[in-house]
Amino acid sequence: MATGLDLVGRSGTDPRTASNWNRRQILLTNLRAIRGRAYPRYRGLFREKSWVLFEILLPFLSTAAFVFVYRALHAPEQYVGFVVVGGAMTAFWINVIWMMANQLYWEKSQGNLELYFAAPMHFMSILFGMALGGMFMSTTRALAVLVIATTVFGVSFAVEQWLLVVAVFVATLAALYGVGMVLASLFLVWGREAYHLGQFFLEPVYFVSGLNFPVARLGLLGALSVGFIPLATGLDAMRQLVFSGAPFPVGTPPPAVELGILLVMAVVATLAARWMIISMERRARIEGRLTVRWQ
Amino acid sequence: MFAASRVDHAAATPRAIEARGLRRVYAAKGGPVVALDGIDLDVESGELFGLLGPNGAGKTTLIKILTTLLAPTSGSARIFGFDVMTETKRIRRIMNMVAGGEQSGYGILTVREQLWMFSQFYGLPNKDGWTRTDALIERVGLADKRLARVSTLSTGERQKMNLARGLMNDPWVLFLDEPTLGLDVAAARSLRELIVEWKAAVPGRTILLTTHYMAEADELCNRIAIVDHGRILAIGTPEELKRRVQRESIFRVELDRLDGGPAALADLPGVVSASAATDEGESERQTVAVNLVLADDSALGAVVGAVGGKGATILGLRKSEPTLEDVFVELVGRGFGEDEERDGHGA
Repeated sequence: MATGLDLVGRSGTDPRTASNWNRRQILLTNLRAIRGRAYPRYRGLFREKSWVLFEILLPFLSTAAFVFVYRALHAPEQYVGFVVVGGAMTAFWINVIWMMANQLYWEKSQGNLELYFAAPMHFMSILFGMALGGMFMSTTRALAVLVIATTVFGVSFAVEQWLLVVAVFVATLAALYGVGMVLASLFLVWGREAYHLGQFFLEPVYFVSGLNFPVARLGLLGALSVGFIPLATGLDAMRQLVFSGAPFPVGTPPPAVELGILLVMAVVATLAARWMIISMERRARIEGRLTVRWQ
Repeated sequence: MFAASRVDHAAATPRAIEARGLRRVYAAKGGPVVALDGIDLDVESGELFGLLGPNGAGKTTLIKILTTLLAPTSGSARIFGFDVMTETKRIRRIMNMVAGGEQSGYGILTVREQLWMFSQFYGLPNKDGWTRTDALIERVGLADKRLARVSTLSTGERQKMNLARGLMNDPWVLFLDEPTLGLDVAAARSLRELIVEWKAAVPGRTILLTTHYMAEADELCNRIAIVDHGRILAIGTPEELKRRVQRESIFRVELDRLDGGPAALADLPGVVSASAATDEGESERQTVAVNLVLADDSALGAVVGAVGGKGATILGLRKSEPTLEDVFVELVGRGFGEDEERDGHGA
C-alpha cells in the first residue's frame, strides 16, 4: 500500500546508508525544525485569547500610569512617546524571559528536551524556532500596545530614516533573542532556580533599559554602562529615530553606532548560545541532567 | 499499512545494538549509585529484544545511553556500528524512542499539529509530514481525535499518539521504554499489536523494549535479558529462559472422582508431590483436580494407570509451564514487586 509510512528513498535500504546525510539534507532538516518549533507559538497566538488581557491591556495600563505622571509634571510631550515605545518593547523582554530563558527548563520537565536532543537536527534550530515564534507573538502584542497607546494618547512620531528604524528594530530583536538563547542554556543549568532568576532579571532590566525614560538621562557613563543590554541600546536608537525633531538630546550615541553595537551583540550572543548549548549537552550527558527531570 | 518495501538489507549489516562493559554511576548525595554494572549486550538487526527487570534495575539508564542522551561512565556501545559517544548525529537519524507516561509536546496543539511538528524535527518535507501524520493517526486509531487538543487526550490516547511520533521518521531502531505503562488492558493490547505489525513489515527494523510486565515480554520479544541491579542475569528466548527453571514436570489432572484423594497418587514412582487443586468451577462440576509434580514426564504413565485402576476417569490433563516470573525469582531470589513493597513500607 502506498501509505508513505516506510519513507522509501529517504531512509535508504539499510541503516548505515540511511544515516549518511548530505549537506542539503542536514540544512533542510534544520530549517524544517526551526519551522516546527516556531509553529506552536504561532498557533498559540490565535488559540489562547487570554493574552489580550495579560499582555496588551495590563501593559497598556502600566504605560498609561507613566503617561499621566509625565503629563502631571509637564514633561516634554516626547516623553509620552518614549513611554509608549518602551511599553511596546516590554512585550519582547517578557517574552525573552518567560518563553526563552525559562523555556528549556519547562521543556525538560515535560520530557520534550530529551526528544529534541535525540532528534537529528542541531539544537540551535530549536532555539531559533523558539525565538522566531516568540518574535512573531511579541511583535503582534507590541504592535497592539503601540497602536492603542498612540491612538489614546495622541503620540506623533517624526521619522526621517524609516529604513534605519526597521534595521534597528530587527537588530534589537536579533540581539535580544540571542541573549534569550544564552539565558535558556544558563537557566537549564541552574535548574529549579530558573523561575526566581526570571523574576530577578525582569524588573532591573525594565529600569536600566529605560523602558519608561530615555537612558540618556543617566548620563553618558550611565548610558554606556547599560549599553550591553540590547533592549536599552535598541530603545535608545529607536527613540532617536522616531522622535528626531525633539528639542533636547534624546539619546546617545548615534543610532548608526548603536545599530553596529546591536549587530555585534546579536552575533556574539548567537555564537555564545551555540557554544553554551553544545557544552551544556556534553555536561548534561555526563551528569545525567538531560534525563533526570527533577534536577 | 506498514507494508514491507525496503530492500532486504545485507547480511553484513552490523549488529543493531552492541554494548561492551557498559557501566554508569550517578553521583548522589548519599554516595555514588551504580545504575549499570558492566552490561554486555548484542541485539541483532531485526530483533524485538526485551529488557525485563523491576524498577531501578537499570533498564532506562541503558536506553538513555543507547539513545545518545547519557554518557556511560565506562564501556562502549554501538548502534548499527555507530559509537554512542562520538557518532551521535548518525544514530539520531535512524532511531526513535517512546517512553511510557510520556507527556511530550504542547497541550495547545491538536494531535495532528503535534505530530506534524515532530515530523519537522525529523526532517520530513512539509507535505510529506502532513501525509504521514494523517496516515499514522489513522493507523494508531486516533482518527476521531485528530483535531482534539493534546491536553484533552486520555492516557491511552496520548500513548498512541506518542507511538505515532516514534514511528514518524521510520526508524531502523526503536527504543520503547515501558510503552504500556498505565494503560488499560485493551489499550495495551492494541499498542502491542501495532508494535508487532510495524516491526514485522520490514526486515531489519529493530526494537529494544523495556518492561516490567512479564506477559508483555513473553508475548512480544524474540529474546529477553533479565536485568537487576544494573546487571544482566540471563539472556535468551522466553522458552530458553523458562527451561532454565523447569527441572520438574507439573501437571494438573481433573478427575470425575478419586478414592483416597491426592494422597493416593503421592506414593507412585516418579511422583514428587500430589495436592488438591480445587476451584469454584470444579466444585460446581463435582470433579476432583489434582496438582502433580513429577520427576519427569515419563512418570505420567504410572499416574494414568493408577487412576484407571481406581475406576476413575481423567476428564482433563494440562501441563503447567513455568513463567518468566519463576525465572526471575530463580535468578534473583525475590519476586518483581518485593523491592517496591519493601521500599513502600519503609517510607
